[in-house]
Amino acid sequence: MAEAAKRSALGELTKGFVKENPVLRLVLGTCPTLAITTSVENAIGMGVAATLVLIMSNIVISALRKVIPSKVRVPCFIVVIAAFVSMIQLLVKAFAPGLDAALGIYLPLIVVNCIILGRAEAFASKNPIGLSALDGIGMGIGFTVALTLMAAIREFFGSGNLTLKVLGFGTTLTDLFGLGDSNVLSAIHLEPIIIFILAPGGFFVFGLLVALVNLLSSRKGGDPSELNCCNVTEDADGNLVLVADGKTIVMPKVDTTPQVKKVEKSGKEAAEA
Amino acid sequence: MIDTKKLTVSASPHQKSAATTTRIMLDVIIALVPAGIAAVLVFGLRALAVILVSVVSCVLAEFLSRKAMKKEDTVTDLSAIVTGLLLAYNLPAGIPFWIVALGAVVAIVVIKQMFGGIGQNFINPALGARVILMSAFPGRMSAGAFADTNRIGWGVDTVTGATPMGLVGLDGVKEGAPTLMEMFLGTTSGCIGEVSALALLLGGIYLMVRKVISPIIPCTFVATVAIFCTFAQGFDMYAVAYELLGGGLFLGAIFMATDYTTSPITNKGKLIAGIFCGVVTCIIRLWGSLPEGVSFSIILMNVFVPYFEDWTAPTPFGFIKEKKQKKAKEETKA
Repeated sequence: MAEAAKRSALGELTKGFVKENPVLRLVLGTCPTLAITTSVENAIGMGVAATLVLIMSNIVISALRKVIPSKVRVPCFIVVIAAFVSMIQLLVKAFAPGLDAALGIYLPLIVVNCIILGRAEAFASKNPIGLSALDGIGMGIGFTVALTLMAAIREFFGSGNLTLKVLGFGTTLTDLFGLGDSNVLSAIHLEPIIIFILAPGGFFVFGLLVALVNLLSSRKGGDPSELNCCNVTEDADGNLVLVADGKTIVMPKVDTTPQVKKVEKSGKEAAEA
Repeated sequence: MIDTKKLTVSASPHQKSAATTTRIMLDVIIALVPAGIAAVLVFGLRALAVILVSVVSCVLAEFLSRKAMKKEDTVTDLSAIVTGLLLAYNLPAGIPFWIVALGAVVAIVVIKQMFGGIGQNFINPALGARVILMSAFPGRMSAGAFADTNRIGWGVDTVTGATPMGLVGLDGVKEGAPTLMEMFLGTTSGCIGEVSALALLLGGIYLMVRKVISPIIPCTFVATVAIFCTFAQGFDMYAVAYELLGGGLFLGAIFMATDYTTSPITNKGKLIAGIFCGVVTCIIRLWGSLPEGVSFSIILMNVFVPYFEDWTAPTPFGFIKEKKQKKAKEETKA
């Protein structure tokens, strides 16, 4: 029993890395992902800021999960998240003004980052504090790694440079090779492909990375539809289709048509799903 | 005994025409040859080298990507060669070879094969690659290159001045622009395949005679540009002729807007597509920040094709409209 609990705790921590990577598998938080991944420095800054907010808000929301009335849960989550984002924003402004200028509006916009609200809704509001904290750490690391990977690709091909800096400490690739104002791509008789640091390049790299991660996980035998996020949709007949924890539940629409037909239909849909 | 060979029972179609993808693509390649010859005459052997690099990269990319996806090989349908030719025709002659190869990979792998290969791409691969290269290397792509027509050699005198499309605007044709005859024959600066309107028209007529393309899109496209510019330029016919012969209008209208996969199948849809391309081209040329708008107009048209087809879907024989159907029902009730 204890071992099972331990394993699931480890699972909650590691699932955010690849299997349920928030950016590349759950496709959450796409806006900051596309907007700030023009340099590695920005990506790490954004990743760390969002991770801190995610961990703190997961802990607080998990602690308050029995107090928050379900009807007003989203405003409550937002208030908690906004409090932490304000704190992070003030800290960044005070200690890393360069990062604050680089991230601009995307720093306060962490409030509406789908990853944080999504984890609050799908995980922290249903699970104990310890597991929620682990979920936050795992998802935060997954987010940061995905952002950094994307930023590395975009920055290298787009400007022929990499800013390997955290909070202003570190170096850049051009300094490392002593290239001065030139860049690595020019040094090997190529040119920076500036579309990579423009918005379309962001979409291209994002799409290719999502495809790559899907390919890798399908090779391992994972089913892309098996994601731990709750998804309620309405199908063509008005039945509610609930997808959660890899299971699909079809709730037939309540109406006056003969029940026999309805059950047959929903059975078929469940089989198809 | 029944001769089973003579009595084959199968689903339709029972009669097939000789038109295969390979044959159609071969026709397009033949139609593109005059423009290629004109390009070599105007720009020298550097243009030929760009064309070869583009075609070889496209074919290699097609072969390798199909192999990597474990799907049947489609190199023999020649579509990759057509894409390679069209891509090269959309590049300036002085462009570095690695950029050409990169464009070929983008066209074949990203735009064509990732969406399912031939017949599945939603925009024209060569044009998509051109637009991506234009955003990626704006300086390289707008550098006009023009060599002396009397000298066929390797070198290209890169003219970093304005291409013909940079010399015409709402205030008419500026000074220093080439004459209309030069533009018709193609001895001006510009992309490899777009300079000679004569060579492109020859290819276009060949395709129309062979019934590979329908004349609807090219004609409406060019006519729309002509009419639009006539009014926008205040009936300055010299400027209008300049607009028609300059830039990639003929190349785009004849070879790229008519791509089977990315243009409407219905005749009315083709009409709408041609007019749409013409209007967008003129708007970008006259009021946009870019000198040329043909490629963007065709790509925008490609994206709207499902709607054009939807609006112009032909009514099946015997189909009753919804209103009439209601009426008929009411009548039967009464």
